[in-house]
Amino acid sequence: MSNAPSALVIGGGSTGCGIVRDLAMRGLDVTLVEKGNLTHGTTGRMHGLLHSGGRYAVADQSSATECIEENRVLRRIATHCVEMTGGLFVQRPEDEDEYFERKLEGCRECGIPAEVLSPEEAREIEPHLARDIERAIRVPDGAIDPFRLCVANAAAAIDHGARVETHAEVTDVLVENGEAVGVEIEHESGEGSFVHGEAGEREEIYADHIINATGAWAGQIGDMAGVDVAVRPSKGVMTIMNVRQVDTVINRCKPKGDADIVVPHETTCILGTTDEEVDDPEDYPEEGWEVDMMIDTLSKLVPMLSEARTIRSFWGVRPLYEPPAVASEDPTDITRDFFLLDHDDRDDLPGMTSIVGGKLTTYRLMAEKIADHVCDRLDVDAECRTAEEPLPGSEDFSVLRDWMDEFGLRSPVGRRSAERLGSRMDEVIGEWDGPNPTVCECEAVTRAEIHDAIEGAGSDLNAVRLRTRASMGNCQGAFCCHRMANELVPEYDEVVARDAFEDLYQERWKGERHALWGQQLSQATLKHMLHATTMNRDSDPAATEEPVDFGAFDPGPDATSAPGAGTESAGGPDDAVADGGTGIEAAGGPDRDGSNPAGETDADS
Amino acid sequence: MPIRDDVVVVGGGLAGSMAALSAAESGAQVRLISHKKSTLRQASGLVDVLGAVNGDAPVSDPFAAVDQLPDKHPYRVVGVGGIREGLRRFDDVVGDRYRGAHTDRNALVVTHGGTVKPTARYPVSVAPGLASAEEDTLLVGFRGLTDFDAGAAADHLEAAGVPFDVDGSTVDFPIQFRDDARTTRFARALDKDQKDVRARLADAVVAELDAHDRVGFPAMLGDDHEPEVREFLEGRLSATVFQIPTGPPSLLGMQLEDLLIDALERAEVRLSTGNPAVGYETDEGELTAVTVDRRGRDVPYYADEFVLATGGLVGKGIDSDRESVVEPLFGCHVPHPADRYEWSEAEAFGDHAFARFGVVPDDDLRPTDADGDVHFRNLRAAGGVLGGADVAREKSAAGVSISTGTYAGRRAGEETVR
Repeated sequence: MSNAPSALVIGGGSTGCGIVRDLAMRGLDVTLVEKGNLTHGTTGRMHGLLHSGGRYAVADQSSATECIEENRVLRRIATHCVEMTGGLFVQRPEDEDEYFERKLEGCRECGIPAEVLSPEEAREIEPHLARDIERAIRVPDGAIDPFRLCVANAAAAIDHGARVETHAEVTDVLVENGEAVGVEIEHESGEGSFVHGEAGEREEIYADHIINATGAWAGQIGDMAGVDVAVRPSKGVMTIMNVRQVDTVINRCKPKGDADIVVPHETTCILGTTDEEVDDPEDYPEEGWEVDMMIDTLSKLVPMLSEARTIRSFWGVRPLYEPPAVASEDPTDITRDFFLLDHDDRDDLPGMTSIVGGKLTTYRLMAEKIADHVCDRLDVDAECRTAEEPLPGSEDFSVLRDWMDEFGLRSPVGRRSAERLGSRMDEVIGEWDGPNPTVCECEAVTRAEIHDAIEGAGSDLNAVRLRTRASMGNCQGAFCCHRMANELVPEYDEVVARDAFEDLYQERWKGERHALWGQQLSQATLKHMLHATTMNRDSDPAATEEPVDFGAFDPGPDATSAPGAGTESAGGPDDAVADGGTGIEAAGGPDRDGSNPAGETDADS
Repeated sequence: MPIRDDVVVVGGGLAGSMAALSAAESGAQVRLISHKKSTLRQASGLVDVLGAVNGDAPVSDPFAAVDQLPDKHPYRVVGVGGIREGLRRFDDVVGDRYRGAHTDRNALVVTHGGTVKPTARYPVSVAPGLASAEEDTLLVGFRGLTDFDAGAAADHLEAAGVPFDVDGSTVDFPIQFRDDARTTRFARALDKDQKDVRARLADAVVAELDAHDRVGFPAMLGDDHEPEVREFLEGRLSATVFQIPTGPPSLLGMQLEDLLIDALERAEVRLSTGNPAVGYETDEGELTAVTVDRRGRDVPYYADEFVLATGGLVGKGIDSDRESVVEPLFGCHVPHPADRYEWSEAEAFGDHAFARFGVVPDDDLRPTDADGDVHFRNLRAAGGVLGGADVAREKSAAGVSISTGTYAGRRAGEETVR
């Protein structure tokens, strides 16, 4: 054990991952626990917008200023997670001129570069914008991959000595003598890498300071510690398109509203969103009208969306917070700012701090503020270095070379890998030994990347998916889920791989259900055929209790060694061949002996 | 001059091909119109008839289980007799390239995922690998191939309780292709015996053999010369060699497609491929022509009888948008819940309504409208475009296509030569 002061971070979203990195870099002995995968909560369920601050430039200028500052920081430290697409605020004829002017002025007041474009200029950038738009403001919005960002932060923390435990749910906050001193966690499998089916265990972790960074779940952790953290979770829908209909972030230039943004993200576009308060961050309705509204409303900005193919939809829950005295009725009025709740000052519970509110773009700043606070509480004198030091993967720009020659990958595959891995390309692909086939064709993910992710995430294929994007493309895993599972063997047992496969397949299905019409229904039916018909996964004998009576089935025309049970069945169905082989009438009648003495599954029916 | 035949079949998959062959058998002049490559190349090449009913699986006698199917199932229209008629015709088409006709019982075939699945007819190269034969088995996979992992498949088969010992072994294919080469590449190399690949493959596998009776490879042991490749390997390995059906691109599926095309040519069915059927013409409530879009020009194909075999949701014989589900060519009625969220279930392998989407046939396989009246006296439907069957869960896709195709084709032919 080190003698450094210790801290425990609850929550593996962007905030928690940012905090664990920051504290580890400042020399603390720090542990992060997360009940699911990294990004399991809100971070993994957002549209991936790297804000320029433009969206807040009218209503919330302090947030807008923080956004543009952090936007610049992330472009520097997280190059391999960010794509600088640029963004447009587009005014339609029915949108007010006055708001457009205020937006422009607000951007300038907050230091956000902003330029007015004519409709022609805007359409030169994005040809699929509606013909009748009035004008647009160009701002430095971008796209950010929240999964890669969290994994990179966690990796940096681990490099600095931190411990990161995923699939470890906090079941209690330990309070002794009026002070929060630790947590009790339940590991879903054992300690360390997650393994499907491995027995869970409980563990108590003590720390000098506990940070509750669980976002929309902060109230639940607060309850365990006996403090009230009134987070107001608000859900929003996001609909994923099959291709990038636009390459620039498209915002509607009007005051708050539903369905007003399209974010190009990797191979897709994400349409967003709604804002509706919910009681439980894990149990709320996900409804078709929300998806319809995304398509119908955003088609006014980008008409081709109305006929385009969506591949799935998902919902996220914003961890909104406001001081209880404000009492906004409409969740869209609640500030997007973040709050540091010092439970010593606030609730007479030393040893614990909660951080609530905020947004992904400012995750690093939030982490810095709370790390400052924790260091202050623990008398640690250390500077924050997270704004200067690049994340693992973003250290070196020279990786964007032509990988085709170097690693034998086809150019598009190599390019995609390099975009995801950044400066880790050499480590992951370059040092891979043996054939490196493409496992996921939609997203161009090779075996080496899959194994790198398995090393980091254990047997959890959903975590492998988040790290690599494998199974996130158009086919939604139809052609690659089983390949990903194959990659787990022999490191993991076949039965572990099978469980992981089921989990991944079901997770994909959950979002696909919101896109089941037109081409995507066709695609989903093909997937159903491949997995149920070709692989017979829906009635897999290995997964059922009832043993199969192999002797009741055809052993082949030339079989020399029929199993013992076969003798029993030989007099049944086989005799029918003689009858059935002669003609329709002989065999077709309902009077045909339907009994099946040996087929025990039939005997049950 | 107008293009005229006795029977026009729309759709070149298994159902359309069987319909065309069956109609031609009756003496009619038949034309088969197909647009894109059929979905056969995505299928395993196995001919499932019925493998699961009401949650009971695997079914060992598919014929005995037919009367447990719902009334609206296409099998209930053609009956057990219709299924047998279809299989007989199929057996004629494929000749000695398929096995399974010697018994009513289903065979359990090893899948590339390591499960077993019940099927009624299987390619001759698959036959030695059936799970009911008690022969110790070595599965062989290739290091560069992601679709099939021999070790995982062997462990999975053991978990399924197969009555023999099974091991898995992964070897390097003797020729190094680019990392993401497809199975067809491997097959071609074996077909042509490039760089002595057959012998080198045998050498690689011999080292892994340990008194196994048979050796299974993913179905890529050649295409045109697959029997030769298998025979060679069997000689070198002193063990039976079999193939394991795969997903797309599926060599066994493509070979079945080739067998069908050969049979269609032998039967002198006229083939019109590459252009989509887009509309139709009628006269006093009877269908007189199907129109095909040939480079922007609508060309009518006249006939007395028509068979719709355009496939289901995968083949786009059934289409949908956010509000409704349609049969796009004739606008035949496709029943479906109004709320699209009722088209599917929350469980990935649930009892999905969408899996049964399709046209509703009368007792002569003619599509009916919402009131139960036939759309056209002289239009029958076959295969995936028919509703009422969840062919994926039932393991009945090929059987439904073969039996309804055969029935619809025969009936169309009978009507024209009458």
